[in-house]
Amino acid sequence: MILTNIESVPGMVITAQFGLVTGSTVRAKNAIKDFGAGLKNMVGGELKSYTELLTEARKEAVSRMEQQAQRMGANAVINVRFATSSVTVGAAEVYAYGTAVKVAPKG
Amino acid sequence: MSDILLLLIVLGITFMTGTIIEKKHFESIKKREIALIKKPIINFGAKTWHTNRKIRKIELVTGECVISGDYFKNFVAGLKNFFGGRLTTFESVLDRGRREAILRMREKARGANFIINTRIESVMINDTYGQESVPQCAIIAYGTAITYE
Repeated sequence: MILTNIESVPGMVITAQFGLVTGSTVRAKNAIKDFGAGLKNMVGGELKSYTELLTEARKEAVSRMEQQAQRMGANAVINVRFATSSVTVGAAEVYAYGTAVKVAPKG
Repeated sequence: MSDILLLLIVLGITFMTGTIIEKKHFESIKKREIALIKKPIINFGAKTWHTNRKIRKIELVTGECVISGDYFKNFVAGLKNFFGGRLTTFESVLDRGRREAILRMREKARGANFIINTRIESVMINDTYGQESVPQCAIIAYGTAITYE
């Protein structure tokens, strides 16, 4: 599965277009990690456990989007975008969306 | 009286830790940015990539970072907010977060010739209703990495 966030796949031509595919996930860490992050919050700096959470959430959203594209028979998703929103404290929603297409090598 | 003393102690400690952490973080960011200076070029906003060269690999690369300010920064910003103007204490926090996310994205694209159409998405994940909430910002940077044959 080829993913790009531009309007085409360089070096390939689009042969079929299947429409929008999306994937979303809301994830949270356990209470202990939340507490740890709360302490880290006082002294400042990067909150590693939340970065991890964000990475996991992004991976899951992308894989859901890919699965949906696969079911449609696509082999690439173009114009992928991420949207995030804060649902509640210590949780992150990551929403990935793009257009599922079928691509073939040029020429 | 003891309340004020406690506040001063907390402010003092968080000022020191915050400054040390920020300084270290900026040093590491600068070092890594210099190391990557000749590596993939970030090309903001290129929509379609025109080239005659053969392309070996195209992939979506991402970098994430959750950054937070400290209690001292929050306190200073609270005071400054009253008079208005630049909240420099928060500017540096967000600057660090974004640069870190971009760096992580570039580090994942080692070997790629270009990263095009880089976008940065951010969201505040702190308790916006709390009185004493320190800002936490989650940042995702993403772009398309292109590797030539």
